[in-house]
Amino acid sequence: MDISPEHPRNAGRLLWPGDDLTRIPDWVYTDQEVYEREVERIFHGRTWNYVALEAELPNAGDFIRSNVGPTPVVVSRAKDGAVHVFENRCTHRAAEFCRELTGNVKEFVCPYHQWTYDLKGRLQGVPFRRGVAGAGGMPKEFTTADHSPRQLAVTTHRGVVFASYAPDMEPLADYLGPEVMREFEATFDGRALVILGHYRHSLPGNWKLYHENLKDPYHATLLHTFLVTFGLLVAGNKSLMLADASGRHGVMCSAKSDVSKVTAEAKGEMRAFKEGMKLADARMMAFIDEFDSPWSVTMATIWPNLIVQREMNTLGIRQLVPTGPNEFIMKWTMFGFEGDSEEMTRHRLRQGNLMGPAGFLGLEDNEAIKFVQDGMLRVPGGEHLVALDPATPFGTSETLISESAIRGMYRHWREVMGL
Amino acid sequence: MTDPRLEALLLRAEIEAFNADYCARLDRQDLNAWVQCFTEDAFYVVISRENFERGQPVGLIYCEGRPMIQDRAFALLNTAMFGPRYLRHMVSNLSVAAQPDGSVQARANFVVFEVLTDRPDARLLQVGEYRDVFVRDGEALKLRERRCVYDNLLIPTALCIPV
Ligand SMILES: [Fe+2]
Repeated sequence: MDISPEHPRNAGRLLWPGDDLTRIPDWVYTDQEVYEREVERIFHGRTWNYVALEAELPNAGDFIRSNVGPTPVVVSRAKDGAVHVFENRCTHRAAEFCRELTGNVKEFVCPYHQWTYDLKGRLQGVPFRRGVAGAGGMPKEFTTADHSPRQLAVTTHRGVVFASYAPDMEPLADYLGPEVMREFEATFDGRALVILGHYRHSLPGNWKLYHENLKDPYHATLLHTFLVTFGLLVAGNKSLMLADASGRHGVMCSAKSDVSKVTAEAKGEMRAFKEGMKLADARMMAFIDEFDSPWSVTMATIWPNLIVQREMNTLGIRQLVPTGPNEFIMKWTMFGFEGDSEEMTRHRLRQGNLMGPAGFLGLEDNEAIKFVQDGMLRVPGGEHLVALDPATPFGTSETLISESAIRGMYRHWREVMGL
Repeated sequence: MTDPRLEALLLRAEIEAFNADYCARLDRQDLNAWVQCFTEDAFYVVISRENFERGQPVGLIYCEGRPMIQDRAFALLNTAMFGPRYLRHMVSNLSVAAQPDGSVQARANFVVFEVLTDRPDARLLQVGEYRDVFVRDGEALKLRERRCVYDNLLIPTALCIPV
């Protein structure tokens, strides 16, 4: 379906308001056809999509179910040690054949008619291919080689596995750009990862709102009492809202500061600031400086489906799985490092109370994103205002009171989407 | 000499009453009263069955000691931003095993319904199992451990009130 603004059926529809990026129309977040184009051009287009951590697949035969955009894929480690990613769809009758979240197998067997696939996702066996007693069976010209599920390109870096529908993607380093790669490598610093567990939640909002939330340092200084009261991210902190040259990736960076140095003026602007708030157990907010980085908190938004959370010592991957314009699923994988003492692991787990769908920050973000989608669905046809910090039209900003990284993301999005 | 069957029944009734009271405190969102259900050294975690069965420790809520449980209550009551909601906690299928050291291991199924103010339906927020260790604090039973192991891996939006 042609959704370009020039097409006659779209007269007056899907028009970008104005000639800059300070207003974003609701249809960007709610339109089914726009969503379908995003799947085609973004998730199935020229992007590297996060699919797994290598630590989830240490041995040959290990697999996990994952997604690229909304599309279910299998990530598996073959006997040669390489990681393979292929669609979780039987080439016979379309069954999503891999059902377990994770496991170890010698081969994959579709439960419906027992077609078998090897660990690289190649079709191996078709029962009764030659029929029985000379009757029935597949046509003579049928070859298994032509009937394998779609294979994706794979790349790994520092234990993180990415896949792409584009067979000729540029290397990950070029895709991320040097500044985002530096922050990626500051978190994945070469220590082997240890998986501590998962959170999974659905969210009734458009998937891009999650990126925007983490390219929006303004909200962080206002919504989250835990960030401002304990000095993690306060107006006036040493901070940076980084965007790559394309605008699609970003990293929100902040250095923990002494809250006693927050100015009275800044405190007055922040309703969430709770003067004198103390925890009964202060261990949760302790910061153990373990990274070669000036930042105590970094939140990387890696286009299109990955968030890397380094919130002091609680570390996690968030994988975004869109299920339509108005909803997405988020899968979190929390990790530590080999060599962590038992106390360090517990520290990460205690600090984990900040994040996830029950986290002191995490639940607030999820609720806020729901409220935004509610607003658009119930008072439709409007637009969002993202005009903070006009001195930076788009891209990296050094002030937290800025929406330039959101504008940078939409500069890229409009180009790819042709809208 | 007391009949051991009678003792077992009494203990079971006591834990059932405890759980009903625990749920009532959460349902009326009296989180400060909820904190008092735990011993000073209590461990409280809300953990997916996926993590629990793999031996992975990450919990949605993870508290070592009553002070952390108290911080959870304080934050939810005073700082956290979330939409208004009502919850109903249901507990059933209790099993009880008294231990030689005087503690009591117990398990029970739980279901938590959540009603948002702008939807007609009560949705199933969580379904799972409490895996508990109770101890006596004077006369009263308190929780030294409560692991809320939930089966529905996908949380709808957010878990705002404890389980
Ligand atoms: Fe936030």
